Amino acid sequence: MNARIVKLFAFIGVLFAVLVGFTSYWTVFDANNLKNERVNKRPLFEAQQVKRGRILASDGTVIAKSVAKGSGPSLRYVRRYPEGSTYGHPIGYSSIEYGNSEFEAYHNSELIGDENEFSSIIDELRGKKPAGNDVYTSIDPTAQQAAFDLLGGQPGAVVAMVPSTGAIKAMVSVPPFDPNDIASDYSALSNDDTKPMVNRATQGQYPPGSTFKLVTAAAALNSGAITPDDTINSPGSIQVQGRPLKNDYDQDFGDINVTTALTNSVNTYFAQLGEKIGTGTLEDYMNKFGFNSKPQLDLPDGQMSTSGVFDLASGGTLLTGSDAIDVGRLAIGQERLLATPIQMAEVASTIANGGKLMRPQIWSEVRDPDGRKIKTMNPSVQSNVISEETASELTDAMKDVVNEGTGTAAALSGVDVAGKTGTAEVPDKEECNGLPNQAWFVGFAPADDPQIAVAATVECTDGMGGTVAAPIAAGVMETLLGE
Amino acid sequence: MSTSRNRELLALVPVALLLTAGFAAVFAQNNNQLTNLSLSYGLYFLAICLATHIYIRIRLPHADPYLFPLMALLTAIGLVMLYRLDSELGLELARDQANWFVIGLILFAAVIHFFRDYSVLERYRYTIAFISLGLLMAPRLPLVGSQVNGAYLGIKLGPLAFQPAELAKIGIVIFLASYLREHRELLVINARRILGITFPPLKHLGPLLVVWGGAMFMLIFIRDLGSSLMFFAAFLALIYVATGRLSFVIIGMLMFLAGAWVIYHTVPHVTDRVDIWLDPYQDAPGAGYQILQSMFAMADGGLFGKGFAQAMVVIPGTDSPLLPAAQTDLIYTLITSELGLFGACAIIATYLLVAARGFKVALLANDGFSKLLATGLTSVFAIQAFVIIGGVTRVIPLTGVTLPLVSYGGSSILANFILLALLLLISDRARREAREGL
Repeated sequence: MNARIVKLFAFIGVLFAVLVGFTSYWTVFDANNLKNERVNKRPLFEAQQVKRGRILASDGTVIAKSVAKGSGPSLRYVRRYPEGSTYGHPIGYSSIEYGNSEFEAYHNSELIGDENEFSSIIDELRGKKPAGNDVYTSIDPTAQQAAFDLLGGQPGAVVAMVPSTGAIKAMVSVPPFDPNDIASDYSALSNDDTKPMVNRATQGQYPPGSTFKLVTAAAALNSGAITPDDTINSPGSIQVQGRPLKNDYDQDFGDINVTTALTNSVNTYFAQLGEKIGTGTLEDYMNKFGFNSKPQLDLPDGQMSTSGVFDLASGGTLLTGSDAIDVGRLAIGQERLLATPIQMAEVASTIANGGKLMRPQIWSEVRDPDGRKIKTMNPSVQSNVISEETASELTDAMKDVVNEGTGTAAALSGVDVAGKTGTAEVPDKEECNGLPNQAWFVGFAPADDPQIAVAATVECTDGMGGTVAAPIAAGVMETLLGE
Repeated sequence: MSTSRNRELLALVPVALLLTAGFAAVFAQNNNQLTNLSLSYGLYFLAICLATHIYIRIRLPHADPYLFPLMALLTAIGLVMLYRLDSELGLELARDQANWFVIGLILFAAVIHFFRDYSVLERYRYTIAFISLGLLMAPRLPLVGSQVNGAYLGIKLGPLAFQPAELAKIGIVIFLASYLREHRELLVINARRILGITFPPLKHLGPLLVVWGGAMFMLIFIRDLGSSLMFFAAFLALIYVATGRLSFVIIGMLMFLAGAWVIYHTVPHVTDRVDIWLDPYQDAPGAGYQILQSMFAMADGGLFGKGFAQAMVVIPGTDSPLLPAAQTDLIYTLITSELGLFGACAIIATYLLVAARGFKVALLANDGFSKLLATGLTSVFAIQAFVIIGGVTRVIPLTGVTLPLVSYGGSSILANFILLALLLLISDRARREAREGL
């Protein structure tokens, strides 16, 4: 019988090996799938037990914090947003049921303290509960509030950034949402027709209108296609791609240079300029300014939109230079061109910063729960777009826009402002109820020593860029310069 | 003689250290401080083990030196895990289990005292078989029977709950060992070959059919797939060792599968169990909840585990279980979640070592009954571990048998220490005879 007993033992050994096999399958090989399983609530409960770090404004105002509920094993944390809807965008929300969005999502690993594996092991040995780090932003509460007040409930967005560092000083999207309401009103907010959960500053794709003429002018000047003194005959109306293209009131400007053309936002000038430089050159400069790819802002890619020429007929594909593009109309900001407010702020910021586009960032530093600084945002150049010379030529023209052109409403007393207005006609936009315009203003101040660059846009208005958007941008710049 | 007892004593030291360390770890986790309380738990446990060791030293000096330390190790792991669950569930599982451990060891001593000549068991085999079957059916009796999750596994006498299947498994193994010792030759000699397959003679096939019928009956009657699988597998293991005919085992397996297939299609409770095993996601919040949570908790464990007292057992802020029946059915899952794949492998290795020592006892035994009894007891112990671990890891449908010595439960502890006593009795006799023969 002994040989059979040994065989029986071998068989039991095989059975136990099967157990080891299955256990290793669940614990190791299939573990990631199981953790991501929709019905698996364990990762959520676990996240709830970590004290998520705070998010603060540049002056230390607490934008988001975690509040303890219960104690012992039933301890969990709930997210609170003391400032409510003022920072709903771009901070977003962090919720057990609905996950994280915007800034809360992008900086999740810092906020839950996942950054430093080694120190968390030490903390665990010391019996310290894991706690997240505080993330400071560069957002200026006064400017953020001012932008809100100036928009005054009109749907639209404002972005203000520091040209030399890329630090975001204000980012407002109206209508806003209050992240405190996510737990109770999530589905109502996400189904709302006015789309309060969409961050218009980064996701709103609008025709940029004449503000885009800055990009055309930059490309033409920097590529050497024109000098500041070259003139182009600019009649009231010309034929572009077999269709007429007109100036406002069919005004004939005669032979004018680029400064005059920008100051008066002359369509026939820029359409011809666009055709002169061609799609390839214009697209090169658009790419350098950040078009045709997602903004390099510290927000999730899924919550930012690309700016560029989109073929809406084919479901919104991004078109490139090899596609059939009407470069004359592209040059004046038409031709299916869509841009986000953050993108247009980047255009203004590039010109303000002598042609260097700084990577825009919302965060400024990360501190551990004891207040020690762990990381600081180091400003970095996203791209060298144009020469300092081109930038200064554009600045001069933009000063004229505010001093004597379409943008006089952006003028500030005692400070030179440089800017460009834009008014895109979107007459068939359904949600606008017949209000036909998308109004824009992009600019910076002080013109000779830029401290702040701004893009402001208002949807669904019967006003113009110069009347509706320019005062908003001016107010935000004034607030920031006054501090 | 003294060398094997000294080895036993030596082997108990790491067990006591492990228990002390485990209690200390859980205590530190819960109270953020270390006191000598956890140390005294360890000393208490060590004292009980020492007393048992001295008793074995006096009564069974030649017995296998590793079986008792291995079983004490499993008990210690169970105690640590239960102690860890106490604060979270607000119960006193570890204290109860420790009391059952003491009672189990008293029973262990009594069995050794009264059944020194365990061959008397052979004489009463039909009585033992009859009592065992009665125990198995008791849960279906009115007044004392109780149903858990659709299976009839327990009886209740006032405050005392008891799982009779735990004791019945020993009785049935005694019966089978004794029956097969007597009839194994006849089963082999008169076997006929039909179509190349060896069939046992019809005359002797009867009792085997009875056992098969019994297993099927249990499946329908107490509705527990796990225990009927456990009994039937132990039966097949004994048939194989007794007769050496693999064909008998294969016929038996096919019969079990055929019967199980019919029952799967006719008994709704069994249908549900099997369907949930095949696809737990079909009813994730309901019938599939336990097995899914078991898988999710294991996934949390990874290679090294989350550490003592770190796995989530209840939904934070509520009393709703996140790991249902963590102290019984899912204790292996809890261990895997907290100690990782390595901890789980250590548990499985311990059961394999118990099986190895148990089969060693069977190998050394001189008479057929001892050999078959040791084989049967070892098999039923190992297969029970396989059935519940296989259940929580989705190798087979999840059922309600206990993880021997680790799961919370008095009947399990008592039955397994009786099982240990019988194994040590067989071992002591075999090794003594071997020594005297020299």
